[in-house]
Amino acid sequence: MKNNKSLFFLFLYFLTIPGLVYATVNDSVVLASKMPKKLSDFGFFSNMKLQTPQDGVLPYDLVNPLFTDYTDKLRFIYIPAGGKAEYKENHVFDFPDGSALIKTFAYLNNTSESELEEQLLETRLLIKKGNAWRNISYVWNEEQSDAFLNIAGKTINTSFVNDKGDIREVRYRVPNINQCKECHQSGKEIKPIGPKARNLNHDYDYQDISMNQLNRWANEGWIDSQIDYNTMPDWSNTSIDLDSRARAYLDINCGHCHIPGGSADTTGLYLNFAEDRSEHIGVYKKPVAAGRASNNFKYSIKPGAPEESIMPFRMQSRDPGIMMPESGRFLNHDEGVALINKWIKSM
Amino acid sequence: MKYLKQASFCLLLIHSTLLSADLIEVSPSTDPYSEIQEALILASSGDIIKLSDGYYELEDSLSIDVDGITLVGSSMNGTIISFANQQSGAQGLLVTSDDVTLKEFTIQNAKGDAIKAKGVDNIKFIKVKTEWTGGPNSKNGAYGLYPVESTNVLIDGCVAIGASDAGIYVGQSQNIVVKNSTAEFNVAGIEIENSYYADVYNNTATNNTGGILVFDLPSLPQQGGHHVRVYGNDIVNNNTDNFAPEGNIVGEVPRGTGVLVQANSDVEIFNNNIGGNETINIAVVTYSYETDDEQYNPHPSRIQIHGNKFSKSGHNPDLETGELAKILYELSDGNMPDIFWDGVVPVSKIFSSKTKKETIILGDNGDATFLTISPLKYMLPLFDPVVRDYDWYVGGISPLERVVLSEE
Repeated sequence: MKNNKSLFFLFLYFLTIPGLVYATVNDSVVLASKMPKKLSDFGFFSNMKLQTPQDGVLPYDLVNPLFTDYTDKLRFIYIPAGGKAEYKENHVFDFPDGSALIKTFAYLNNTSESELEEQLLETRLLIKKGNAWRNISYVWNEEQSDAFLNIAGKTINTSFVNDKGDIREVRYRVPNINQCKECHQSGKEIKPIGPKARNLNHDYDYQDISMNQLNRWANEGWIDSQIDYNTMPDWSNTSIDLDSRARAYLDINCGHCHIPGGSADTTGLYLNFAEDRSEHIGVYKKPVAAGRASNNFKYSIKPGAPEESIMPFRMQSRDPGIMMPESGRFLNHDEGVALINKWIKSM
Repeated sequence: MKYLKQASFCLLLIHSTLLSADLIEVSPSTDPYSEIQEALILASSGDIIKLSDGYYELEDSLSIDVDGITLVGSSMNGTIISFANQQSGAQGLLVTSDDVTLKEFTIQNAKGDAIKAKGVDNIKFIKVKTEWTGGPNSKNGAYGLYPVESTNVLIDGCVAIGASDAGIYVGQSQNIVVKNSTAEFNVAGIEIENSYYADVYNNTATNNTGGILVFDLPSLPQQGGHHVRVYGNDIVNNNTDNFAPEGNIVGEVPRGTGVLVQANSDVEIFNNNIGGNETINIAVVTYSYETDDEQYNPHPSRIQIHGNKFSKSGHNPDLETGELAKILYELSDGNMPDIFWDGVVPVSKIFSSKTKKETIILGDNGDATFLTISPLKYMLPLFDPVVRDYDWYVGGISPLERVVLSEE
């Protein structure tokens, strides 16, 4: 009797230690129609602050990530027991209900001489329920012990150390739930952007072993192991041809809006990897609704002349009326701009 | 009397239970962005979000993604939402849901477009004003009111000032009514682009570079713009220098243009008051740039012009902007017409005498003058390609049907 009681208190004790919340992912919270107030309520992490994934939650990364103000992104996926995701060519996997894509945006500030501490900013969730994706963001508290439901978006003025060791200031913007949709919209639906098979098809350093992510997912029974998956060219790999790198970069950073059915399809500028009509990729394409964002240039891409092309001009602007992407960026992605400039120059 | 009271009380009860719509009021506060945006996100269909009288200064763009809500201010000039210090977002307000009504407020000095509605059905702009307060400037945002890829669009009693592209711009949409509105000091006052079934009437377009534009452009998801009626409008004194950033198609519009139709079919321009436009009152032209788009028809067809009242135009043409005014000025020897058609037809039709009636049909326009270019004579030496014979283009008018919005 006494033993049982102390076990019970021990259990309560574990419940109250910050970060050690639940022993498993709480499927009923994941599937509930209302989102909980705290990120910890889902039980995705066995340690919130350290972002240690719960059993059944796997970390993953992408061949090409989307640029978001040089944030570090900690990505996790949860598929409920027995669930299986179906492969869709050129699209993200079709995940089963109860699945969650979990992405924590952070400045880890983990370079050797960093004077700044690690900062978790927000954790964005895409949760599949009722055969549709729901999007929501949780903003981390100052103590970094938990993150809290955010509806209207939030501005976080902060600084971080870049990989050269310089401190940079940023007006980081947590998107409101409508802004999430601007990028994740496909027709009238919301869809994930990153986890396409071809963008996952490379090795990941799991704690116990380094192995191909798709093989690992297949081992978990999440996906079919029989399919011969393609791989996206890694835009940062300079041994790959320039055209493939540039198109891969544009695909992940622009192609979710600039695609038929996407938020920016009204422009006729399509930057998804599968697009092969040069005018639609921007070559000698006149602007349609760019306004002053054209900067008096005549074409999205003027071959050989990046300095007279609208595309790189908009990529290196920080004016909200000009900049591309329209949201999710405050700083310029210098490396990305350099790549696109080089690509246009080489045309 | 007593019974009547009871009955009306019952009616009131029924009324209020049927309409469980909430009225959510927001006033200027220390964090107006969060308050307004949260209200717009948490609202449900039927709700009204009311912004009380005052000045709201926002740093981030607003968005509406809930069907069936109304965003209303106290009056057009009473509720002002300013984006002068905007830090993020490509427009002031973005609407992506159906059955939304925007009413009686002003959006000022957005860094990009003022109000964009994308891919929606049944959107209403009523007595809404969009303005860049510093006057014409190429740094102003491109569009004021900007519904695109939408259906059943109503713009009624609105005001658009200072857009560096078009004040009121309806693009790639269907079933459109723009009425009782005023567009001034924009590059294009009102522009209907790549759209089907539009009625544009009882508007005033003045002091723009070009008053009303009806355009079709290639390589876009929706093209083949047709069935546009422009009638009963005042399209006068559109003589503001073109301040559009280069590269944009409206950057080619010469100062002093009344109405410009490019590459559309079935456009009826009638009963308008058009005058004081220093380059041309009405011009009908072909899209003249190269394009790979084989689906695209760059030529206008069945443009009917009748019953308009013209006053003087062409007396101070803009020879600096684009090609249109320059060519016209040279060909006409400075004797500029009220109505101009560039005469460009597909090569296959150059020898066809039917083509002219398939492009331009003139009705009674008082003492209006007309000029077109004969492509055949243009190619031959020693011939004057200029044709000024108005009667040659007079034909029977086949009125286009009125545009009916889904709710009517």
